[in-house]
Amino acid sequence: MRHLKSINQKAQRIEGVLQNDVVALQQGPGGGTGPHVPLGCSFVFSPGWEVDSNGGTAGLCQPVERDLFDCHLTCFWPAHVPDLYNHAPDWTAKCASAQKDWRKIDLVFP
Amino acid sequence: MMLRRGEYHTFSGADARYLYLVPSAAVVELDDVSHAVLETLAGGDRTANDLAESLSSRWSGDEIRSSIGELLGVRAIQSVAAPPVTPPTVKAKRSIPLQTLVLNVTSKCNLSCGYCYEYGEDRIVESTTKPRFMDEATAKQSVDFMFAEAGDSPSVNLTFFGGETLLNFKMLKSALAYAKQRGAELGKQVHASLTTNATLLREEIVDWFIENDVGVTVSIDGAREQQDKFRVFSNGMGSYDIILPRIKDLLARHKRRPVGARVTLTGQNLDVVSIYRHLFEEIGFWEVGFAPVTTSWQRDYAIEDEGFRQLLAGFQTLAAEYLEVSLAGRRHGFSNVRDTLEEIHKGMSKSHPCGAGFGLLGVATDGDVALCHRFAGSDSHKLGSVFNGVDHAAQATFLETHHIDNKTDCSTCWARPLCAGGCYHEAHTRYGTTTQPNLHYCEWIRAWTNTCLEVYGTLAAKRPDFLEHL
Repeated sequence: MRHLKSINQKAQRIEGVLQNDVVALQQGPGGGTGPHVPLGCSFVFSPGWEVDSNGGTAGLCQPVERDLFDCHLTCFWPAHVPDLYNHAPDWTAKCASAQKDWRKIDLVFP
Repeated sequence: MMLRRGEYHTFSGADARYLYLVPSAAVVELDDVSHAVLETLAGGDRTANDLAESLSSRWSGDEIRSSIGELLGVRAIQSVAAPPVTPPTVKAKRSIPLQTLVLNVTSKCNLSCGYCYEYGEDRIVESTTKPRFMDEATAKQSVDFMFAEAGDSPSVNLTFFGGETLLNFKMLKSALAYAKQRGAELGKQVHASLTTNATLLREEIVDWFIENDVGVTVSIDGAREQQDKFRVFSNGMGSYDIILPRIKDLLARHKRRPVGARVTLTGQNLDVVSIYRHLFEEIGFWEVGFAPVTTSWQRDYAIEDEGFRQLLAGFQTLAAEYLEVSLAGRRHGFSNVRDTLEEIHKGMSKSHPCGAGFGLLGVATDGDVALCHRFAGSDSHKLGSVFNGVDHAAQATFLETHHIDNKTDCSTCWARPLCAGGCYHEAHTRYGTTTQPNLHYCEWIRAWTNTCLEVYGTLAAKRPDFLEHL
C-alpha cells in the first residue's frame, strides 16, 4: 500500500490478503486498485423477498419488516422506508442484526 | 459509486495520524491524501469522482483514486450500496484446548476485606453447601482434568486462587508436585502461579516459590492508609504492617518470576498515581495492575461517575509516564497499559471479552467447574466437574449466547474489538446477568482505549523497535 502504512500485526495480515486477493472479471488481468464490492440484493441471502404458496408473508421464516430493512440497506428499489439521509439517519441504530433486532427498528412519522 | 465512511476511530501519536479499524482492529497510518479523503467523506457521502474533483487542487485524480482503493480495501470506506459487512461468526470448536485452570483451593480467608465479592453482599458462591477447603484428591483429579482438556497444547498454566490460597499450602505443594510429575510424563510444561494477600508468607513458602518457579501476585491496595481502609482482619485491624516485611522478604529472594501487585480500586481509594509510586518505586514490585472493585452500584465503596473521571485522569498520568520511560528505553511497571498495548499490537478483535469458558476454567473446592475463578462454586454457572469433564453442551450454549454479535448495545461502539462488553462477573454483579454488556463504564473504556492507542501510535512513530517486544 502506498497511502496507508500497516502498523500493527493485524494490518500487516490484511495487507498481505489485499495483495493476493481475487479480483472481479471486469477488472481485467492483473487486477487494479479499483474496488470490487458485490452490489445489490442479488448478492445477499435474503429470503424475505418471497411469498408463501398462498401469496402471503405471515408464515415466512423472516418477518416482513426484514424486506423494508433490505430496501433501506442494499437496494435502489423505491420502498416505504424513512428518509435516512435527511430526516431519520438513526432509525436503525438499535438494529445490529435484522433477523434478531427488527422489533427495535424505530417508527418514523413524516 | 457513492461512498460513505466505514467504521473506524481516528487517533494521533507524535505527528502521525492513524485509524483504528473496526471490527478488524487493524491500525494503519494515513498519508495526507487519505486523510483528506476521509475528512471530506465525514461531511457526507460522495462519489469517487466527486471526491477526486473536490481535492483536485492538491492531488492528481490517479493519486486520489489509488488512495480510495486502499481505503476501500481496509474497509475504512465503503460503497453506500454495498450490503453491511457482517463478520462471520466463528463457531466454537467442539473441544477447546484448556490453557489455564484456576483452582479455588479454599473459600476461607484470614482477612475480611469489606469489598470482597467472595464474602460480601454481592457474593454468588454457595458457601454453605461447599467444602471450605479443596482436598488433595480433588486437586489431583483437577490436574488430571487439566491435562485431559489441554489436548495438544505443549504447556498448561495451573493457577491457585482463593479465599487466601496459602491457608491450604499443604495441598498446593502436593497438587503442584503431582502436576509437575504428570507434566513430565506427558511431555507438557506446567507453569504455576497464585494470588495471595501476603499475610501468611514465610521462609518455607518463599523457598517453595523459588524451587517451583511459581509466579506470585500480591493483592495490595497501596500504602498503609490505603491498604488498611478495606484490607483488614476480622477484628478490624489493618494488614499493612503485617504484610510489608513479608513482601520485602519475598521480593528480595524470589527472582525467578516477576512478582506483581494487584490493586482493587474503590470510591475511597482512587489515587492511582500515589499507589503506583508506593508499590513500584518504594516497595519494588515488578509491575502494578489496577482493577475497579466489582460491586453493585448501591454499595458505598462503588466507584461512581466522578470517581471514574478521577480514575481516568490517574491512568492517563501513568500512561504518559509509561510512554516517556519507554521512549527512553527503560521499563515502567504500569501493567494495565502494557497489556492493552499488546492487544492493540496483535490486532485482537474479540468475540468474547475474555478467555473464561474457552481456554480458562475455574474449579470450586468440591471439583465443580465454572467459567472462571470468580464463578467457581456458583451452581448456576456450572460447566461440568473435574470428575465428569466439561459439559460441552453448556459450554457451547454459553459461548454462543455471549458472543459479541448478540450484544446489540456494542454494535456501534468502536472499542468493541478490545472490550467486547467487559467482564461477565462484573455484569452479573451489576445487572444480574452475564449476557449484559457493562454499560456503566463504556465512556471510561473508550477514553482509556483512546489513551492506549495514542501511546501505541507515538511508540510506532518514535520507537517501532519497542513494539516488536510487546
